[in-house]
Formats: sequence, structure tokens, C-alpha cells
Amino acid sequence: MTTSRYRVRERTIETADTVTLVLTPLDEPIADPLPGQFTMLYAFGVGEVPISVSGRTGAGDIVHTLRCVGAVTKALSTAQCGTTLGLRGPYGTEWGMPDGGDLIIMAGGIGLAPLRPVIRQAIEQRGRYGSVSVLIGARTPGDLLYVGEHDVWRDADIDVRVTVDQAATGWTGHVGVVTTVLDGVAADPAHSTAFLCGPEVMMRFAARALIDRGMAPDAIRVSLERNMRCGVGLCGHCQLGPVLLCRDGPVIGYDRAAPLLDIKEM
Amino acid sequence: MDTAHDLLAAQPFLAGLTSAHVDKLASWSKRKTFHAGARLFQEGGRADRFWLIREGHVTLDTQVPGRGNVIVETLGPRAVLGWSWLIPPYRWHFSASAVETTLAVELDGPGVRDLCAQDHDLGYELMSRFVPLVVNRMQNTRMRLLDLYAGPKP
Repeated sequence: MTTSRYRVRERTIETADTVTLVLTPLDEPIADPLPGQFTMLYAFGVGEVPISVSGRTGAGDIVHTLRCVGAVTKALSTAQCGTTLGLRGPYGTEWGMPDGGDLIIMAGGIGLAPLRPVIRQAIEQRGRYGSVSVLIGARTPGDLLYVGEHDVWRDADIDVRVTVDQAATGWTGHVGVVTTVLDGVAADPAHSTAFLCGPEVMMRFAARALIDRGMAPDAIRVSLERNMRCGVGLCGHCQLGPVLLCRDGPVIGYDRAAPLLDIKEM
Repeated sequence: MDTAHDLLAAQPFLAGLTSAHVDKLASWSKRKTFHAGARLFQEGGRADRFWLIREGHVTLDTQVPGRGNVIVETLGPRAVLGWSWLIPPYRWHFSASAVETTLAVELDGPGVRDLCAQDHDLGYELMSRFVPLVVNRMQNTRMRLLDLYAGPKP
């Protein structure tokens, strides 16, 4: 539960409301986060929020991509290089890379951030997997994250498909919901693992589309978000039925998640 | 070169049709190539055909005052483009353009409607394919109406 101090080493503006911060430790660094895990990021004097880890660079550096949606994330997302922030963790479950088979990675909006470590790991271990598909949905072309990396991923033999909900003419990419770019994905449903992250409704639709194609619910992993406070399963703020998402999640199998997502306003 | 029958029989949308039904449709079909930027149809125009896309992509768009042309959907290989030919008053609700060189099979709307009126089995087979297509696109539209990626309300 001890907070370590980190300094903002780099700040990249991704979209109008989203930035990526590279944080370098000033104290003893936190343990190496696994893909899917989150940290509690503290803007001193403002508050603390859970943010998924979106990458690692160098010894002990942690990369977070965060969207400005409230007072704390506003303070964090406007933190300039040199600002000191607090960090504790890492917490929660990891995505858990399979030993082989095909991979389907589906992200909606900011949901691409927690999946970026999965994509990078898939690239590092590309030979272990059959087809690897990354399906990215966003509201508009201007809301897409990590645009500069998409071609790098494609060059690493990843099938990257991008779609947006709205676009002006001139946009030559796809327009439609993220499930529409599933058509033609090379993955064999019986030997695939899917990783989904985005708005809960999007994940529900995406999981159903994958199940319709023959995937087993327990081969689909989703990252859920609730009001995490302590990060270690003590306070109960992030309880979803029998699950404490900060401890038992955020990544859980869709076989466990589906019945919980059907419950209104938990 | 593939015949019209071969091209139609290879379309997933028509999978399961009898050879005789494919033959009937073939008499109202022809292969089409659209170059990048080509306008396939214009909003408000007479909807008298539809296409089964083989290769390439087509966008559906509409004019929104103050925002110019807005793309509402992209359709790619194996997709069906156009259902306004099925429903009176047979007018296009959106405009369509080829994003890149696009290969398609074009079918004549009034001709296929006549076929369906004469051969109810074929009509049933086609309707049982078009209805899920329309429902699926409606569900996708509903999902987009939710504006899932919007930020929380202030």
C-alpha cells in the first residue's frame, strides 16, 4: 500500500482528451507490472485513480495512457514533464498470454491502452501464435490511439483493423462498429484466445459476436472497470457480485463476467 | 472467366440456394468494376439495383449541413450493398462511393423483384437472407447510437 514517487519523464498528447505519461521512479520502483494489471496513480493533493499499465520503457519506467474525465484525471493528464506523482501497485490480474493458437485483440476507445502490452508481447513472441488480429474501434479518426504504432504492428505480421463510428469524407478507413471488422479475421474460433477492452456494452456485443463464431466464453477475456479505491480487495468499492475487481480482476474470463454484466446497477 | 452463375454461387450471401435459383438470379446479374472515388448511387435517386461486393470497399454517406459529407458505414468483401430496391418507393436513402477499386456483382432490382413474385420459394430464400442483414445493420446502428466512446456527462 506504500506509494512510490515517480517523475513525469515524457508526456505525449494522444487525442484531445488523452495523454500518455512515461513515469520514472524517484523511490524504490514498484514491482514489474504484468500486461493487464493497473496501478493506483496519485496526483498529490487531488486524489488517486486506478490506471491500467500501457507499457514499459527502460529500467523501472511505467507508461500510462489516461483520459481526462474528472478532477483527478484532469490533474494527471495536465501534469507536465518534471511533475512528481505517486504510484502504488501493480494490482489485479493479468491478461495471461496463451501458449499458442490464434489471438484476437479487440479494443474500443481508451481500451486499447491496457491491451498495448498484449500486442507488444504477441510481437515479441510472434512465432508462438498463428494469426494475431488487432481490431480497434473509436468514435472518430481523431480519437484513435497510438496511430503511429499501427504500421509497426502491421510490419510485425499483425492484422490491424481500424474502424470509427463517425467520419467525414476523406477518411479512407472503415466506418462501423468494431464487430463489423471481425468478418474475414483469420482466427480459428476453436483455437483462439480473445482479449477485449473498452466500454462494457462494446465488450458484451463483441463477446457475443465471438461466441456466435464458435468461441468458448472462457477463451474470451475482458477487462472490467469499477470504482477501485484500495486496490487490494479490502474496501469493497469495486465489488461486482462475488468479485472484487481490484483483486479478482480487472481481467476475468467472459464465462465469469457474462452473468455479472447482466445485473443492473451493481 | 467465371460465368455469372459461378460468381453468384461463390457469394456467401447466396450460399445454400439451389443451382436453379442461382441460374434465375444470374439472368439479372452482371459483373461490375468501380474505380476509386466512383459514385455508385446518389441519395434520393432511383434504387433499381444492388451489389454483392467481391473485392474492395464502398462507403455510404450523406450530406449533413455544417459538417459536409459524413460517412455512415463502410462495406467490404462479402457484404451486400443496397436494399432500397426492395422497398417502395425504391429510392436510395444514402449515397455510395467506392473507396478503392471495387469488384462486385450487380443485380437488377425490378428483375429480381419479378423473379420473387413468380417464384415464391426463391423470394423466401432471398428474404430470409435480407432480413437478418437488415436486422444486423439496425443493431449495429443502435449500438452506435449509444455513443459508447463518449466521455462521461459533466
